[in-house]
Amino acid sequence: MRASPLQLLGQVIAYAMFAVVIGHFTSSPAYTHLNPGLALIKLSFSHAGQHKGDCRQRTPEELAKLAPNMRRPLDCPRGRLPLQVELVLDGEPLYRGELPPSGLAGDGASMAYRKFPVAPGRHHLVARLRDSDRPTGYDYEKEAEITLIPRQNFVIDFRPALGGFLFL
Amino acid sequence: MSGPRRLVRTAFERVENGFDRAFGPDWNPLHQLGALGWFFYWITIVSGIYLYIFFDTGINQAYQSLEYLTHVQWYAGGVMRSLHRYASDALIIVMMLHLLREYVMDRYRGARWFTWFTGVPLLWLVFACGISGYWMVWDILAQYIAIATTEWLDALGIFGESIARNFLTPATLSGRFFTLMVFIHIAVPLVMLLVMWIHILRQRNAKVNPPIGLAAGTLAMLLVLSFVKPALSQAPADLGVVPSVINLDWFYLAAYPLLDRLPGRVMWAIAASATLFLLVLPWLPPLRRPAPARVDLDNCNGCGRCVEDCPFSAVALQPRTDGTGFSQEAVVANELCTSCGICVGACPTSTPFRRTTELIPGIDLPDLRIQVMRDKTLAAASGLSGNARVLVYGCDQGPDLNRLRVPGVAVLTLPCIAMLPPSFLDFIIMRHHADGVFLTGCAEGDCHYHLGIQWTEQRLAGERDPYLRKRVPRERIGEFWSGLTHGKRLERELADFQDRLRALPPLKRRTVEYTSEGAVRHD
Ligand code: HEM
Ligand code: SF4
Ligand code: SF4
Repeated sequence: MRASPLQLLGQVIAYAMFAVVIGHFTSSPAYTHLNPGLALIKLSFSHAGQHKGDCRQRTPEELAKLAPNMRRPLDCPRGRLPLQVELVLDGEPLYRGELPPSGLAGDGASMAYRKFPVAPGRHHLVARLRDSDRPTGYDYEKEAEITLIPRQNFVIDFRPALGGFLFL
Repeated sequence: MSGPRRLVRTAFERVENGFDRAFGPDWNPLHQLGALGWFFYWITIVSGIYLYIFFDTGINQAYQSLEYLTHVQWYAGGVMRSLHRYASDALIIVMMLHLLREYVMDRYRGARWFTWFTGVPLLWLVFACGISGYWMVWDILAQYIAIATTEWLDALGIFGESIARNFLTPATLSGRFFTLMVFIHIAVPLVMLLVMWIHILRQRNAKVNPPIGLAAGTLAMLLVLSFVKPALSQAPADLGVVPSVINLDWFYLAAYPLLDRLPGRVMWAIAASATLFLLVLPWLPPLRRPAPARVDLDNCNGCGRCVEDCPFSAVALQPRTDGTGFSQEAVVANELCTSCGICVGACPTSTPFRRTTELIPGIDLPDLRIQVMRDKTLAAASGLSGNARVLVYGCDQGPDLNRLRVPGVAVLTLPCIAMLPPSFLDFIIMRHHADGVFLTGCAEGDCHYHLGIQWTEQRLAGERDPYLRKRVPRERIGEFWSGLTHGKRLERELADFQDRLRALPPLKRRTVEYTSEGAVRHD
């Protein structure tokens, strides 16, 4: 096609508009994911609660009834207890919740993944967790004075092998 | 075409008219959206290969290697990087317009469902390419994407452990996931190519390359943009710091802010229902499908012209089954046939000259048999009078032809203009049924059945079988591809055509008969 100057102008305008749309939306407008004046506390761990109920010694008669490869002396319930978790920041509850076990049979670990934007500065933080069937109180607790700077990613992990809660 | 659909299509065509004026119908970018998609795909592949040569796939070195390309090797690597990014963005734009347009133009239902259906997974694949690409830069945008995406995947609850925990602290970060991402960013485009190929499998002569001029202009536009606004990284990722204000690529990441506001499961439900909705759209509601083309073996000699011309690869030649001397026969795959009738226009037996009482061609549309077309043509012609008698043929997808019903003009429509065999023009003009024939239909460069206008023009120009015979005076044939929006101009073009007819010397009377020995002329 032999284009007239006017047509060429039209084409240039069309290309320019296309370029402007691409060039603009490829990186703008900026998106504020977290207010830059805040810090973030992220609670994230995976931990299996204790089994529901105690294990029981099987009687010899019971064992005899089982298939030979299934003859384990202890009969343990498969299901696990939900975890009770509590976070307290400067005396105010930040989070309190029950984390159910995963898995269809409720025999997997409980998972926590939560984010709390908080003001930076000095804070008193307490983290508590119960993984047993005790009626009140907690099995693990950690408390600390922390200082958060803006946009800090403050992580609360939980690893019993390392003594319980970890503030990272 | 129903009222609302015609309205929306008209609106769409009006926008396209603007582009027609600047680019001409053949280069009109809105007629080339699928082809432009392929073009942008190839640009990202070529530029991507270049980037990969210099890209360091270690999670700690990736950022640095891109900084090197952008700032030190700005004249080559930097340009390639920008091209890679902007072509991917452009791909999203043309893909979304393409989707919308195919829907509005009603090219996604009935026998055409397959192309639509196979387009839907392309949406997921394109987004997977773009998102994994941004991930590889490992700047704060990548960090944001990595965390938001893995949190979203975790919400599915099908992975044994939390994937997002990989990005908890600098200490938990491992190169493992990063390597997976690099792999995904290479594997998904290859899968995409396969699906793109399947997508156009059922289309004959699918336009996968834009016209050279449009391609050149588009590439030049991307190059200029690459120099004016080179693609840059943002600050390097640091898992100890939360990305707060981020420059998003809204083409690929527009849904991410929603992930911050809605639970992951809700977002999965939205994504899944949107996908499902698009997948079943061709049946919401289903197209009332006219009867598919039917072959009549007694009249088919297996010449294959219908196969050559069917835009949907719905006819094929197969070994002869009726024991006549011919080696092949045409067979229609009913589920692929759109009943456009283009094959009828291609079949050498659908000639109105045939002396049989019943005109049965090798292939015919049961809902509008060519014999009915001949009868309608003769009836319409017999009502014409004056010295510029014109038979206008239009198509069901084109303009409303009622406004053309003026004295001396009769109007007939077909599913597609290419259903009209060239022999009809010969018949009408040389037998003096009318002084001229005028063809119209969809907008130029945008036939509803892709190839109807193209085939018609080639047949009339003697470039495509079946040819319009040389003896037919071309000045007695007029055409104007008006689409839905050029009704006024169509009226003018027709009036001008009638004026030209009046100025012509009268055509000498003669008759021609087609017999088994060929054409015999009686002057
Ligand atoms: C990477 C993205 C895509 C590319 C490169 C692409 C490419 C193409 C091409 C080259 C054609 C043939 C056009 C022609 O010959 O006129 C086409 C047709 C079509 N595409 Fe796509 N496409 C893409 C995505 C999609 C999507 C997401 C959808 C909708 C869900 C879609 C639906 C259609 C339909 C309905 C047709 C026309 C079918 C017909 O006319 O019978 N495509 N596409
Ligand atoms: S009517 Fe003929 S040309 Fe059209 S899709 Fe069916 S077989 Fe193909
Ligand atoms: S064009 Fe007609 S004669 Fe030729 S193969 Fe097709 S149906 Fe048969």
